[in-house]
Formats: sequence, C-alpha cells, structure tokens
Amino acid sequence: MVGAGVMGTSIASMALAHGVSVILIDSDANQLDRASRQIATQLRHGRLLSKLPFDQPTGQLAIDTKFDLTGGVIAVIEAITENLDLKCDVLRQAERQVDPTTPLISNTSGIPIDELASILTRPESLVGAHFMNPAYLIKMVEVVRGPRTAPITINAVHNLLNRLARQMVVVNDSPGFVTSRLLHPMLNDAARIVEEGVATVESIDSLIVECLGHSVGPLRTADLIGIDNLVDSLDSLYERTGHERYRPCSLLVDKVKSGNLGRKTGCGFYEYGEGVE
Amino acid sequence: MNSEKYLQADSSEDRVTGELLAMLRKRLKTTVRPEQDLFTEGMINSMFALELVVQIENAFDVAVEGRDLDMANFRSVNAMANLVRRLAE
Repeated sequence: MVGAGVMGTSIASMALAHGVSVILIDSDANQLDRASRQIATQLRHGRLLSKLPFDQPTGQLAIDTKFDLTGGVIAVIEAITENLDLKCDVLRQAERQVDPTTPLISNTSGIPIDELASILTRPESLVGAHFMNPAYLIKMVEVVRGPRTAPITINAVHNLLNRLARQMVVVNDSPGFVTSRLLHPMLNDAARIVEEGVATVESIDSLIVECLGHSVGPLRTADLIGIDNLVDSLDSLYERTGHERYRPCSLLVDKVKSGNLGRKTGCGFYEYGEGVE
Repeated sequence: MNSEKYLQADSSEDRVTGELLAMLRKRLKTTVRPEQDLFTEGMINSMFALELVVQIENAFDVAVEGRDLDMANFRSVNAMANLVRRLAE
C-alpha cells in the first residue's frame, strides 16, 4: 500500500481486517504514525458497525518510509496525491521491484489509467480500483480497465477484492470514470450555489438528503473526500475535457488556500469536533 | 440478606447508569433518558459510539471486544449499562 493518507489508511484497515498483511509506505514518518493509530480505530469502527469480521485473525501491518517491495507482495495499491507525475514515479518504482504477474493498482479518482500505463514497461499489469471513502465500510469498488489492461490483471484484482469481501463493477477508461465524473461536478455546483447565496450549506444538504434520498449531502461529501482532493480531481477533469462545469469554483479554491480541507482538518463546509482519530 | 444484596446491586446499577448519563450529558450538552434510543433519535452516530466505547473502557476499566463491539450495545444508556455490568463481572 503506497500512500498513508485518508484512502491508503482506510484501504489498509480493510485489508488487515480480512487477514491480509499490509506494508504501508509513505515518505512522511508522521503520516505513518497517524495512520497506524487510525487503523486501530478503524478496525474497531468497522466491527462496531458489523462491516468488518470480528472472528478472523487480523493481518500484519508493517510501515516504512522506504520503498522496498522486494520481499514479495501479492499486489501493489497506489493511493498517493492525485498528481500524474508523482503517481508515475511510484508506479515505475513498483514495477521494477515486483514479480511481472503482480497487479499494479491505482486508486486514482480520475486520471485515465492509460495515461499512467504509458510510462510503464508492462502497461498490461496496471488497473484502476477506485475505492470509496471509508474503504473499510463500503463494499463496492469501481474497477477501471484501461485499453491495455490484460484480462489476467482484471482477474487478479477480482480475486484480491473477493478476498477482501468487496464487490466490483468494471468500467472502461475515461477521465473521472463513472463515479467522479458524475459526483464531482455536482459537488462543484453545490459549492457554487453557496457562493451565489442561493442557499446555505445546511439547506443544500438537507434538500439532497431529504428530497432525493442521498445518504449524505453534497457538501458533507466534499468535506469527507477532502476539498483539496476534490479540487485536484476537478482540475484533472477540466484539463482533460475542457468542460467549464469541471473548473473548480472559487469557494472551493479559497477553502484549499485557507487550509479548510474538510473533515481531516476539522473544518471545511462544516466544523468537526476533536473526535477519535 | 437478600434485600441487602438487592440494595447493593441496585446502587451499583444506579452508579453505572448515573456515570453514563453524566458522560453523555457532557458530550451532547443535553440530558438524555436511560431508555432513550439514541440512534433513531439521531443523537449519536457510529463515530460517536466509537468514542463512547473508548470512554466507557477507560471509565469502567473494561474491554469491549469481539461480539460485544456491536452498535446494539450502545443504542441507549440502559443498553450500555447492561454491557458494562456484564463485562465488569
């Protein structure tokens, strides 16, 4: 597991709970410490909600600031910052260190898999698996098949997800795939509605939850995703499609500038208490 | 003898329930009733329940694990008090 941010941590929790051992790699040692504490909490949270097994031995967690996969791994999952160059670096390093049959899995929320595959010598071993946050509670995974992804790679991901008690829906490659392409412009529009003074944050979320039956409103969802990640993803969609609806609105950009990134920083569209990690 | 035992049990029951009520009053900044369903009334969510797990473990020196780590045990103060008493035995 490369990247110990919000997604990497919660994917690691999900794997550990299903008895799969994880090497969690991040260049930031503090981030790794935080992740280790959060994993312990997430395992209990998932069990409390009966979403994780309580009668299965937990996998072993190893944390490392160095990128060393030479001990042998069954899969590499990349969940670092949504930045093409950084992701390419990680995938290239991973490719050099693992067995040729090992699937390389990117948790990108919107960068086309084939763009990432283009820098690899084995583009057929790369596949997208877009886990949702929190990964240890959500059963469904959006799996993205690039034009060069081999059937054997899809098969390997299918087997891995089975072992992790996840289900998958496979879609073809495209900027934002299905979930981000539909959801992120909606969150952008919700922020625009706030910006224009049409409705308050609470009103928008209430309408979407109470009238349309979504389980979480768009602005609370933006806080959960992390407004920095949302802006990165919108930028990535805008760059690749040129559609104005994807251009992040100024309220989102301002929140990123002022460090109000959502739940993870305690403040975004909503304020969050201290809580457990 | 029997009545004394009953009194003792009763007072420990009151103590656990009282402490739990105080804990919730402090966190929720409002008073709840022991039998009140905290989930259906939207008073607490699962992350809050998890905070309660940690707080209860520390306050009563118990470990909530395995099958006991279940939302049903945190649905009301009475349910939490039953769990604490069972674990403390």
